[in-house]
Amino acid sequence: MQEMSVPFQPQFVDGGVSTAANLLWLIPAAPVLASAVIALLKQPRRKTSAILAIGSLSFSLLISLFAFSYVVADWASGAPTRETVNFTWITVGTSHVDLGWVLDPLSAIMLVMVCFVGLLIFIYSVGYMAHDDNFTRFFCFLSLFAGGMLGVVISNSILLLFMSWEIVGLTSYLLIGFWYQKPSAAAAAKKAFLTTRFGDVFFLLGMVWLFSQTGTLLFYNNGAGSMEAGALAALLAQPAALGLTAAGAISLLIFCGAAGKSGQLPLHVWLPDAMEGPTPVSALIHAATMVAAGVYLVARVYPLMQAGALAGGTTTSLTVVTWVGASTAVFAALIAVAQNDIKRILAYSTVSQLGYMMAGLGMGGVAVGMFHLMTHAFFKALLFLGAGSVIHGCHDEQDIRKMGGLKADMPLTFVTYGIGMLALCGFPLLFSGFWSKDGILEAAQHWSVAKTPFYMLVFGALLTAFYMTRQVAYVFFGYWRGHKPAHEGPMVMTAPLAILAFFAIALGFIGTPAWPWFHAFLDGRSASFSLNGFAEPGLMALMGASTIVVFIGLGLGAWLYGNKSPKPEDPDVLEKATPLIWGWLRDRLYVDEFYSLTFIAFYAWWARVADWLDRKVWGGLVSGVAWVFRGWAQLNRLLDIHWVDGGFDKSCEELSTSGGLLSRVQTGRVQTYLRILAAAVVLLAAILIWSSRA
Amino acid sequence: MTPLTGYLLVAAMLFAIGLAGALTRRNAILVLIGIELMLNAANLNFIAFWRYGPHPEALTGMMFAIFSIAVAAAEAAVGLGLVIHIHRHAKTTDLDQMNRMKG
Repeated sequence: MQEMSVPFQPQFVDGGVSTAANLLWLIPAAPVLASAVIALLKQPRRKTSAILAIGSLSFSLLISLFAFSYVVADWASGAPTRETVNFTWITVGTSHVDLGWVLDPLSAIMLVMVCFVGLLIFIYSVGYMAHDDNFTRFFCFLSLFAGGMLGVVISNSILLLFMSWEIVGLTSYLLIGFWYQKPSAAAAAKKAFLTTRFGDVFFLLGMVWLFSQTGTLLFYNNGAGSMEAGALAALLAQPAALGLTAAGAISLLIFCGAAGKSGQLPLHVWLPDAMEGPTPVSALIHAATMVAAGVYLVARVYPLMQAGALAGGTTTSLTVVTWVGASTAVFAALIAVAQNDIKRILAYSTVSQLGYMMAGLGMGGVAVGMFHLMTHAFFKALLFLGAGSVIHGCHDEQDIRKMGGLKADMPLTFVTYGIGMLALCGFPLLFSGFWSKDGILEAAQHWSVAKTPFYMLVFGALLTAFYMTRQVAYVFFGYWRGHKPAHEGPMVMTAPLAILAFFAIALGFIGTPAWPWFHAFLDGRSASFSLNGFAEPGLMALMGASTIVVFIGLGLGAWLYGNKSPKPEDPDVLEKATPLIWGWLRDRLYVDEFYSLTFIAFYAWWARVADWLDRKVWGGLVSGVAWVFRGWAQLNRLLDIHWVDGGFDKSCEELSTSGGLLSRVQTGRVQTYLRILAAAVVLLAAILIWSSRA
Repeated sequence: MTPLTGYLLVAAMLFAIGLAGALTRRNAILVLIGIELMLNAANLNFIAFWRYGPHPEALTGMMFAIFSIAVAAAEAAVGLGLVIHIHRHAKTTDLDQMNRMKG
């Protein structure tokens, strides 16, 4: 592969605006429109809503493919393009807020991925949600999510990106809490919303800071955007606190937002709980696309992240990204080993893989991280949909200890799930995960700052292979330990599995060292096929080492769990060996407990203090003032009753008598009133005529 | 060409007939018809004054008339709706018996 240690700065030509770029706004607009229409439909209109959602996303996919083919053709002709369409939204004095969208290899490839995976999951949802009463509401949210996510992808303005980002956050909240009757789902939705919002506050700060420093919200604007040389130089010259430049500080703030969305280490707690949502949601939002938005954001602001890096060096921001990513990768993989819920294992695996992507971005550059994002999106969507199929087939059972032997009952699910699992483990040569994970490992091997992340990631790879083998052994091998027999899902559910399985294998071949098409495309270089790519020093050794690590993981898992089928109430094999450590891992290393003892306890205490202040201090003041006024009012009342009222009552009596007299005119008959009115008009006319004569 | 006075006289007559009907009839529907007559008298005046006015080429009078016809249609709908409701409520359309507003 190319020299990974030097983050590559792509050179793009800002071209004129093509039809493809002009049409780009339609891609997010179509699903948003569909969601608005579905929102107006009544609940029984299931078919209409599904057709609308799937149709609009197919339309988006068509335009994405058109834009993608345009970008590829441009790139193949030797002139990689970055086309932007910008417009001013608000003008205040001399500063203006600009929005816009951008078409470059990064957005084009991401658009195709989101539309394609999204479409498959939409189709799958038709089967999975078939018996749900709120089918139309589900598709309304799902469409809105797709619109928001595609908005994030095409944004050329950090503000537009932020707005779409928040739409995505909102729909994530709505979909996690889709079964809001379950208290756990409602709590998980709230947790996800608050945790990601915590990161978003920093993102917002970074955005405002960036705007105040550069005066523009656009990423690329013919040399005047915030990601282009001029603005970056100005940001580098501006010192901020703690020895950081403004560029470093802003990129770290933005990374906080990305960490919240992508479930990176201190903010990962919401993602496993988010599995309370329907399984297609877990697949689409919490595995394939939304959680990847954070990675995409880092890739989008990469010029800012690496601003000031010397040749072969790295920046503070990238170092932070790397360490956070590598720690997340190992941390989550450790926890995944001791979980028993099929979706929760996958959730921690997602967190871990997102850590890999971040580490890849930090050490290897945009292409390395994005390649893992792409392959992961396909195989993790596949795994989640496969898990959904298993859950569906096992009558809503999610505990892997109560499954078993499903390879006979659900053969298609078993084969596709196996492919996804091997891709996730990084099974050598055949599967996409191997190539993308190896890219990250190679970058880590050459990283100039420290070698620790490399060892952490290798250890993570071992754990990944291990916990996936454990899960597959529990679910598909051994004998059935549930109550009712399991059954295979309908075609509408298994067909997307097969398509995703195909891509979980095939996608790897566009990013091998022999033919690094993907990396070349994102970096704007030309790609060529040559087996010499493998001849890079150390590469074969690395591939061999990672293969060995994967096989150790698979072998350990098979040795400990293969075909054993322990009873559901039996303790795990590892639990018998090390009950203490197992307990830590099973209880998710007590991060949630730590948060509830520190942050949540602090907020609860603070709320109690505020409550006490409200009741006693401010409330006391208000009560005191009220007491004074009450006394005054009592005095007034006495005066009123004994003095003022006497005279008043008298005049009231007089008024009432005279009113009684006058009321005789009110006969209650409309025609009488009209007659008086007509007479008055005649009189008025007579007076007017008479006075004008005089 | 008929002088303006002719139209105004017809309009005044229409108005007077309508007013007489609205004031003397006891049946609510006939009162409504009287009111319609008065409205149309006003429309006739609009057209007449416009046609004989200083700017007959501007379509202001016609606009007013059409507008007022549209309003009259709406008003008739509301009025008839009220009558139907009164009939349901009191089993009569005799206005003399509708005296609950009596002071």
